[in-house]
Amino acid sequence: TPALAEKLGLGRPALPEEISAWDVAILPDGTGLRPGSGDVATGDEVFAEKCATCHGEFAEGLDAWPVLAGGEGTLTDRRPVKTIGSYWPYLSTVWDYVHRSMPFGSAQTVTVDETYAITAFLLYSNGLVDEDFTLSNENFKDIVLPNADGFYVDDRPETEYPKFRVEPCMKDCGPAVKVTKRAAELKVTPTDADGRPAGTIPAYDEASAAEPAAP
Amino acid sequence: MSDETKNGTSRRGFLRQAALTGAGIVAGATTARASEPDPKITEVQEWATAFGDPVDAAPYGTPIRFESHVVRRNVEWLTESPVSSINFTPIHALEGTITPQGCAFERHHSGAIELSKQDYRLMINGLVEKPLVFTFEDLLRFPRTINTAFLECAANGGMEWGGAQLEGCQFTQGMIHNMEYTGVPLRLLLEEAGVKPEGKWIYAEGADASSNGRSIPIEKALDDVMVAFFANGEALRKEHGYPVRLVVPGWEGNMWIKWLRRIGVYDKAVESREETSKYTDLMPDGRARKWTWTMDTKSVITSPSPQAPIRHGKGPLVLTGLAWSGNGKIKRVDVSLDGGVNWQEARISGDIKSKALTRFHLDIDWDGSEMLLQSRAIDETGYVQPTKDALREIRGLNNVYHNNGIQTWWVKADGEVENVEVA
Repeated sequence: TPALAEKLGLGRPALPEEISAWDVAILPDGTGLRPGSGDVATGDEVFAEKCATCHGEFAEGLDAWPVLAGGEGTLTDRRPVKTIGSYWPYLSTVWDYVHRSMPFGSAQTVTVDETYAITAFLLYSNGLVDEDFTLSNENFKDIVLPNADGFYVDDRPETEYPKFRVEPCMKDCGPAVKVTKRAAELKVTPTDADGRPAGTIPAYDEASAAEPAAP
Repeated sequence: MSDETKNGTSRRGFLRQAALTGAGIVAGATTARASEPDPKITEVQEWATAFGDPVDAAPYGTPIRFESHVVRRNVEWLTESPVSSINFTPIHALEGTITPQGCAFERHHSGAIELSKQDYRLMINGLVEKPLVFTFEDLLRFPRTINTAFLECAANGGMEWGGAQLEGCQFTQGMIHNMEYTGVPLRLLLEEAGVKPEGKWIYAEGADASSNGRSIPIEKALDDVMVAFFANGEALRKEHGYPVRLVVPGWEGNMWIKWLRRIGVYDKAVESREETSKYTDLMPDGRARKWTWTMDTKSVITSPSPQAPIRHGKGPLVLTGLAWSGNGKIKRVDVSLDGGVNWQEARISGDIKSKALTRFHLDIDWDGSEMLLQSRAIDETGYVQPTKDALREIRGLNNVYHNNGIQTWWVKADGEVENVEVA
């Protein structure tokens, strides 16, 4: 529409300090990296202080918290262990995510140098660098994670859509089927007091009697 | 009429009603002829004589207490922390297509934050002629558009990849909601900043600690992505991104960035945590699909279902369900009563909107025998919703996301319903 062809003149220019404060994203080619460095030993100390209570002293994960190291070669297992070392493609993501969103519950409290150090420690925990390694904005791009080539762009349009875009069978589509798996046998769904799946619609002749009076 | 008489009547009425109810259950609750007058009719009820609530009782109302089962529910064991977790829309109890916001599911990665319109800022930066900062007031002055769209979590049904696990469509298909959004096309905001020719991707991130940054190709950003501030007629709920969220029609819910604070324009994808570690789909050869943005054609029968058993006995039975496709409009929904051996076309009720929930119905005369209910959606591209086995044949068991396989409900002779797989 003609009215929209011209700018409306809304908003105001963003200042460099504002962009610097909010645009902290790092791209796989290193775009966005800030000058700084950190070594494995420093990373070990920072990790022990800020990360290990959830992710373990060796980034191996405590209880059900995410495992950050290990799992190499498990991606075709029945239960794969997907970690930074076994699964993640890019080191940029590690730096970016830790810097912006960790520690869980007190994000954006690690400095640039601390983030380099933690990232170096995570590389060490995954067996990818020696213990005297120092990571910096200078050598960052030299690091290639093991699963860098492990991903490909969505190919459903080629591998699935032609298979599924066919006129479906309507009658006598095969032999009679039988039940092979039942969720009821696992009993992992939250239940109501009567043992039914939580949220089951009440029977209509019981509903008003079963409900508590409004406060 | 004195209080004494009224109380006496009520007590007799209650006892008689209880007797009738018991008889009804034994008889199997088919069409009944009344053997004696129904006191709900023959006796003056409380609500037919006294006052109800005044108009100032509830400035913003909530559902009547008898509907207390129609709420979001979570499954604690699915995640390690309730602030990076999921809950489920009670789709087993809803009808039509619009999801009430108060029970529409939530998925956060660092909790539902509180962000006022005063504190709100949106930045556009990167490969643009002029990086900009908008206040909420600025956003309200852009030309608006309206669109109804489903938001389905990429992980909806993900727990069912390996088998039948959870009991109820709220849990197996309920990471979804469908709202009518009003907001500004993202295109208008990008035009205001002036995207440079080398700007091929946008990266959208939220104001919360998790940030949830995702890369979106510029073609989609300029097509139908909306910066929304109203949903179902009112402001977004806090837990849905108040005051501003991204609406990305047809694409996985993770990309619908809430509490949107920045749109960066780049020449390449950021490949953030939420599009590498997460929202990538492991395949049988150990490699993984990335950028699986579109949610494929899908459907589910919402009643009968495990949380909506048949209690009324034989005879007329309404089968009701939802169908949707991220690739366009639903064209048809087929229903099978025998686990996929024979199918019949269901009726689409109401409007069919592109990339939005669509309601279907099939009315049958149930003879009381067991059924294996399935629904199969077909969209305008001709894509036919596959079986779980057809998907697993291509993808294996560890895809985690994008399970749009056909759901089977085993309706038993007593009217109870189970989540099953068949072969």
